[in-house]
Amino acid sequence: MPAVLEHPASLLDSAPETPAAFPAWFAERQCAAWQRFLDLPTPKRGHEMWRFSSFKQLDFSAFARSADVSQSTSLVQRSTALESPAAKFVFANDELLHSESKLPDGVLCLPLAEALVSHGDLVRSHFMKQDTRLGSAKWTALHEANLSNGLFVHVPANVEIDGTIEVFHWLSGENTAIFPHTLVITGANSKVRVVDYFQSANDRDPGLCIAVNDLIAGPGSKLDYLAIQAFNEKTKVIQVNETGVARDASATGFILNTGAAWARNESLSRLEGEGSRSDMLSVSVPAREQEYDQRTFQHHVSPGAYSDLLYKNSLYDTSRTIFSGLIFVDEGAHRTDAYQTCRNLFMSEDAEANSMPGLEINADDVKCSHGSTSAAISDEEIFYLRARGIDPVRARQLIARGFSVEVIERLGDEKVEEMVLRFLDDKFSHIASGGA
Amino acid sequence: MSLVITDLHATLENGTEILKGVTLEIPAGEVHAIMGPNGSGKSTLSKVISGHEGYVVTGGSITMDGEDLLAMSIDERSRAGIFLAFQYPAEVPGVSNANFIRAALQARLPKGEELDAVAYYKNLYSKMDLLEMDRKFTARSVNEGFSGGEKKRNEILQMMMLEPKYSILDETDSGLDIDALKIVAKGVNAMRSPQRGMLLITHYQRLLDYIAPDHVHVMAAGRIVRSGGPELALELEKHGYDFLKEAELVPA
Repeated sequence: MPAVLEHPASLLDSAPETPAAFPAWFAERQCAAWQRFLDLPTPKRGHEMWRFSSFKQLDFSAFARSADVSQSTSLVQRSTALESPAAKFVFANDELLHSESKLPDGVLCLPLAEALVSHGDLVRSHFMKQDTRLGSAKWTALHEANLSNGLFVHVPANVEIDGTIEVFHWLSGENTAIFPHTLVITGANSKVRVVDYFQSANDRDPGLCIAVNDLIAGPGSKLDYLAIQAFNEKTKVIQVNETGVARDASATGFILNTGAAWARNESLSRLEGEGSRSDMLSVSVPAREQEYDQRTFQHHVSPGAYSDLLYKNSLYDTSRTIFSGLIFVDEGAHRTDAYQTCRNLFMSEDAEANSMPGLEINADDVKCSHGSTSAAISDEEIFYLRARGIDPVRARQLIARGFSVEVIERLGDEKVEEMVLRFLDDKFSHIASGGA
Repeated sequence: MSLVITDLHATLENGTEILKGVTLEIPAGEVHAIMGPNGSGKSTLSKVISGHEGYVVTGGSITMDGEDLLAMSIDERSRAGIFLAFQYPAEVPGVSNANFIRAALQARLPKGEELDAVAYYKNLYSKMDLLEMDRKFTARSVNEGFSGGEKKRNEILQMMMLEPKYSILDETDSGLDIDALKIVAKGVNAMRSPQRGMLLITHYQRLLDYIAPDHVHVMAAGRIVRSGGPELALELEKHGYDFLKEAELVPA
């Protein structure tokens, strides 16, 4: 009797198949990744990288990959954020629905599934080269084993891309899992900005997204990366950012969290050359029972590099955040400048913020600071706004928005800042309307 | 048409009584000044009128053109026409001055109606020009990094934009050099109108050289102890508060 499955098999049950068109080395990596996924233990209590985490969130057995995308036309229409982007790619359930580009000649910007075939060696030399150090090795192995698409960007030396490359990742259908990957390589003295938008097709269906990005900033280049996480509140997310910054290069990584039931962000920046700079930024506005779990690592490998981390959370209702950050200065990485700040603004007495800032310095002559603050909105600020006629709900919202604006302003591009603020304002109106 | 305060008593949350029966009427069209030594309750009076939740009104009433102010929340009082220019305005990081004032004006419109942005900026710039404020203040966060004088000018700017029925200016002259004082006074004088009442709270005669009051009151130990014309302020300037009878300074 043939087996009739009412539901697709869980993604945890069997090894995913590598599409036949992909190169052999990639099939081998996927096979090895699956084995690694099976071998690695599920994080549990007592694991330092998962301190304060909600382990119940790590049950992914209900989810499966799905190639079925029902409303592809409307998803493409809904994929608008910036006016006239340099390029735009729309994926739903990791399938490409739409692409457009007005990028200069020589820039490679194409779906990863295509790049694996057409530029396999280039992908191979940069794809997931680093160990996942911040706790999610099992889940990045699952990502690697299931990976079927994403975006590949290679900007040749001395090419500056004006505008932004936008990538929309939609989750569609009940209990669907996606594994988007973004691989960006900038050649010497080049410039690019890439935004990943993570959204759900509807507010009802639970989903799972395990995303990884590799950002490789070549010497003297400028690489800006933004992740806008606005999934529905039934979805779980693990997002792992791997950034390497070469001599005199500058990389900015920004994460906005407004969506998902639970999101785990792991961001690692490696300062690999003199004069390199990494700005690690995040704004999160959790409400109701949302939980954001963020782990960061500022790794100063080279002397004379600069890193600056600023994470801000505005916590509503019974939401929770976890921040654990480490500045790690290697032996010999003298003249390091490294800063790390996590600030929590309590919009409710029932919210919970856990902060674990950390420093480990193995070099001399370094300037490092780390700190975390948590506070409720001051009564005097509220009184001031209300004394101008602004109602208390709006007054608190303005203050929380302002608190976040201090991070968003560091993006240094008015259009991009406005776009981020629109997602933020959507969240505030969602909160004000009771989150229906 | 008046702001009428009758036998107002107010305490701190811990029960300490600060206002011990203040009675005062500010008719529309008049400028009144309250002077008095430190700790006499002047600033408390301004906060209680605007609805600060750190004080408890234990007796008396405040009405504005017949409406019961004490029944209204802080923001309702503002929308109804009360304005307090703060002695120490709060800083609001990340909220631009222009967006802040815009939100205050938007709060006065019926639900669903949007403020006309072009007209708003035109109005804002004309008021800023009068107060000799640089345009950069529109984009800067509310009061953040402002000097004392810039903060006070910003308070007057908000008053001019919101066009209240009754304005209370709490120690608006403190922290102002003579040039800044003249500019602030110019803004306040431009707002004088038969439809608007003003209450200036000040320590010194200096402000009253530039904003001529119709009436002057002296407050001491939580009460108005003397009222008179502008000459009362000059008398205070000359003799200090010592000329007040000891009895007036001590609560009965």
